[in-house]
Amino acid sequence: MDGTTHRPAAVRDGLGVGLAVGLSGLAFGAAAVTAGLSVPQACVLSLLTFTGASQFALTGAVGAGGDPLAAVAGALLLGGRNTLYGLRLADLLRVRGPRRLLAAHGVIDETAAVALAQPDRDSARTGFTVTFVSLYIAWNLTTLAGAYGTAFLGDPGAFGLDVVGPAAFLAILWPRLSTSRELRVLAAGAAALALCATPFLPPGVPVLLSAAAVLPALMRR
Amino acid sequence: MTLWWAIAALCAGCYALKLSGLAAPRWVLDHPVVRRFAELVPVALLGALVAVQVFTEAGELHIDPARTAGLAAAVVALLLRAPFLAVLFAAAAVTALARLLLG
Repeated sequence: MDGTTHRPAAVRDGLGVGLAVGLSGLAFGAAAVTAGLSVPQACVLSLLTFTGASQFALTGAVGAGGDPLAAVAGALLLGGRNTLYGLRLADLLRVRGPRRLLAAHGVIDETAAVALAQPDRDSARTGFTVTFVSLYIAWNLTTLAGAYGTAFLGDPGAFGLDVVGPAAFLAILWPRLSTSRELRVLAAGAAALALCATPFLPPGVPVLLSAAAVLPALMRR
Repeated sequence: MTLWWAIAALCAGCYALKLSGLAAPRWVLDHPVVRRFAELVPVALLGALVAVQVFTEAGELHIDPARTAGLAAAVVALLLRAPFLAVLFAAAAVTALARLLLG
């Protein structure tokens, strides 16, 4: 009905989120090269994985000398939340065929947040598309810049770049922690479990094991 | 070479996860256990990733004062509602400064 009046707002939301979050590709590029990935490897991850938390998780585990299989498994578990976004977005986007194959690549935290916040279906589709396109372009250009810049720095540790990954995880986690005591307990429990397991298990495995911390919360319901 | 295989597996897997949500039948989402699991698992994993990447080194527990200071800076920035990139910048800057001062 009045869908057209909401669409400029959806474009504004999408561009704002896309460009602001897209800049964080700088941090990812830097973290990836710090962890020992090459510039092309960092760029391929941003182009084809295009989901920040999983990308940071893989590079972090690789940097710690972890088994690649455990590193991939941990990163995929994190990517599992995009499945949930996809389920929620399917009704709103109603895309079929080749367009669905393309739209699927854009199903991430930010596009879901913008699309689901719109008041109607038309502006949700607009918000999704604008966020996806602007974030995709910004994220990939800044990944290249961050990776390329860091490759020239010498010792990235001297610039504190090794703390960028964990700081990114904390920032992604923060909104959930600040609204729910249950989630704070869960995150702390999982952290403690992973730290206790670290001396006894190969790198990467303690993080996977920490997923077991959800079992008490899952049983309670 | 193994790293390239890991990257390829992650690219394919992440795309499959995204597409399966978009293409799945509706009733899957309505299952409460699926919904709870999808909500809780990322929180556990992210909490564990922060702890492991800050407080372990080469498979051992290890407190690195500079990294710990950087994480504390990130917490302060988040409490002050700083934007995402500012949080990362504060963490890196404080870590770098601490390394410079502590030698």
